[in-house]
Amino acid sequence: MKTIVATLALGALLAVTGTAGAKEWKTVRIASEGAYPPWNATDPSGKLIGFEVDLGNDLCKRMKVTCEFVAQDWDGIIPALQQGKYDAIMSGMTITGERKNVIDFSVPYGTEPSVFAVAAASPLAKSLNIGVDRSDLNNEAAAKPVIDKLAEALKGKSVGVQVSTIHIDFMEKHLSKVSMRSYDKMDNAGIDLASGRVDAILGDRSVVEAIVKAEPGKMVVVGPNIIGGVIGEGMGVGLRKADADLKKLFDTAIGEALKDGTVKKLSTQHFGYDITPN
Amino acid sequence: MNWQLMWDSLPRMLGGMGLTLQLIGGSLALGAVVAFAVALLRLSGNRPVEWIAGAYVFVFRGTPLLVQIFLIYYGLGQFEFVRDSILWPVLREPMWCAILALTLNTGAYTSEVLRGAILSVPQGQIEAARACGMSRALAFRRIVLPVAVRQMLPAYGNEVILMVKASSLASTITLMEITGIARRMIAQTFAVFELFIVAGAIYLILNFVASRLIKYAEWRLTPYLRARA
Amino acid sequence: MLELLSFGPNGWGGQLLTGTAMTVAVAVSAFAFGIVMGSLGASAKLSHSLILNALADVYTTVVRGIPELLVIYLLFFGGNGVVSAIASAFGYDGRVELNAFTIGVVAVGLISGAYSTEVIRGAVRSVPFGQIEAARACGMGRWLILRRVLVPQTMRFALPGLGNVWQLTLKDTALVSVTALAELMRATHLAAGATREPFLFYSAAAVLYLALTTVSTILFDRAEQTANRGVRRA
Repeated sequence: MKTIVATLALGALLAVTGTAGAKEWKTVRIASEGAYPPWNATDPSGKLIGFEVDLGNDLCKRMKVTCEFVAQDWDGIIPALQQGKYDAIMSGMTITGERKNVIDFSVPYGTEPSVFAVAAASPLAKSLNIGVDRSDLNNEAAAKPVIDKLAEALKGKSVGVQVSTIHIDFMEKHLSKVSMRSYDKMDNAGIDLASGRVDAILGDRSVVEAIVKAEPGKMVVVGPNIIGGVIGEGMGVGLRKADADLKKLFDTAIGEALKDGTVKKLSTQHFGYDITPN
Repeated sequence: MNWQLMWDSLPRMLGGMGLTLQLIGGSLALGAVVAFAVALLRLSGNRPVEWIAGAYVFVFRGTPLLVQIFLIYYGLGQFEFVRDSILWPVLREPMWCAILALTLNTGAYTSEVLRGAILSVPQGQIEAARACGMSRALAFRRIVLPVAVRQMLPAYGNEVILMVKASSLASTITLMEITGIARRMIAQTFAVFELFIVAGAIYLILNFVASRLIKYAEWRLTPYLRARA
Repeated sequence: MLELLSFGPNGWGGQLLTGTAMTVAVAVSAFAFGIVMGSLGASAKLSHSLILNALADVYTTVVRGIPELLVIYLLFFGGNGVVSAIASAFGYDGRVELNAFTIGVVAVGLISGAYSTEVIRGAVRSVPFGQIEAARACGMGRWLILRRVLVPQTMRFALPGLGNVWQLTLKDTALVSVTALAELMRATHLAAGATREPFLFYSAAAVLYLALTTVSTILFDRAEQTANRGVRRA
């Protein structure tokens, strides 16, 4: 009797999903932060929108599966994937070595440099502008003087970044003497830059630009476009290591979408320029 | 369960202890001042003053602390006039915003505890003090307050424990106290379960120590209740 | 600016209201679950079994001693593992999953239950023993005494304390927002970030929470009056 009651109680509490093991993928649940425009955002009705949602739906059509987007806060997005709360992550997540230790990635579907933004009236708007447009961290000899100049300009200043990102990795590796504040969401870093609680923010170019544009004239994007090294190999779909079959599906679909210009089209629509990886 | 990782995380996690203790200590000390003032205002007999103090208690007891923290940190920082005011050097710092939110929160709860304790002091004792020729202020200082403080200690002990726990919410506004460090380490190791268990254990020990301290204070303040040797 | 709070396509009003409904749903379910846990906990604490005493003590001490945020995170990331283990013990091999709502209810309910345990235990003990003796003398059996004497009186004594637990529970649901469940706090957080109007939205949330706590205070006061209608006043 007790067993029956317990089983019933469990049954009432649980949403039992699919069958495990060797399976045909019918539905794929994709997690996104919903607070990282233009990559992903939430509209006032609570729906997830943005480049990755449109791209994800397109990819699922190619993979002949049903897509379901679920919202998940950024700082738990990888652990919750491992827990099986969803099957894939499309949330502006850069492919990095550290993350590859715990999860798998599809081939990249987008790439972006990282940039700083500062208050327009701040002296940093001049001093961070070090006359270099692009700095590739893979080219260490060329990157070193650039980083030294950045470190010099940011001495005694504070930089806001999002928790658990390549930008934290960059700050810790290259600008470890600059004080850093980590935010749960990039939006909040933007709010604190606008109010002057931090002197600068560092993030993916399009996201930083979106923050700057939200309050015209108050903030500016400044300094070099940083690529390579800890800034990584572009954004890919995050997947569990066990799901090699799903990775294959995504890889093929992304390959097709890149080839026939879908990624480029969606990118122009959401970003205003092309973010396809080369 | 990765025991090695849990053990190794301990020193770094304990590095956040200083900040956690500052948050708790700062907000409890300031909160006691606020509570004292508000409790007196609510018993002042002046209607408008009582109403304002009551409204403060109502608002801060009726909303989640998380809302209060965000309202003070992100909400106030939004306004030009706040940023231009002399308060900005204080409100600019996440640390002070957290202490302010925790102080106002615990101040509201503690003022209720204190008010109840003051009201529970037997009228006869106050009459006796007055009959001995004490002024109202003196009777309050010598009789009412000491009795009330002893009376409120058990309930205040619960409030202290709530504050120890509440300090963890400071991590939501970029502060690197124990929970903040745990979250940062999780971002690097992805070991959610292990690291939150370590953090939880630290809070448990903090609360154990806090409740012992309150028990000790109770024991010290009530010598007349102890069995005679 | 008020357009942002409206119910139109550009307003977040609808989200705030559905969020409020979700908050109430989580709070009510968690409170109910908490009362079940609290009753179990109180009976364990009042039983003569040392093991049950110890178990209940560990439950209330641990859950009340660690931050609510950690309890929720631990369940969110660890709950699935535990449930899957239980499921496979029952011979089910598929993947079992707790949704965000269930996790929120269980997490907040566990916290609520730890506080309810103390309230209910105190209430049971304040039922005068003479009444139970009297019931026995009338020839009532154990169940009848429980049903007719102990439970109704305990409920009356427990009401004020449970009212406080309800307020705690309602406010604790704000922390469930970290599991991405679309309750009031999360809707507010998203709206504040997306519109860059934190003051407006957090104030709106504060007003909504205040409305909830005020209404529930009134309801609990009514319930207390009803429960005490047969009690002689001094």
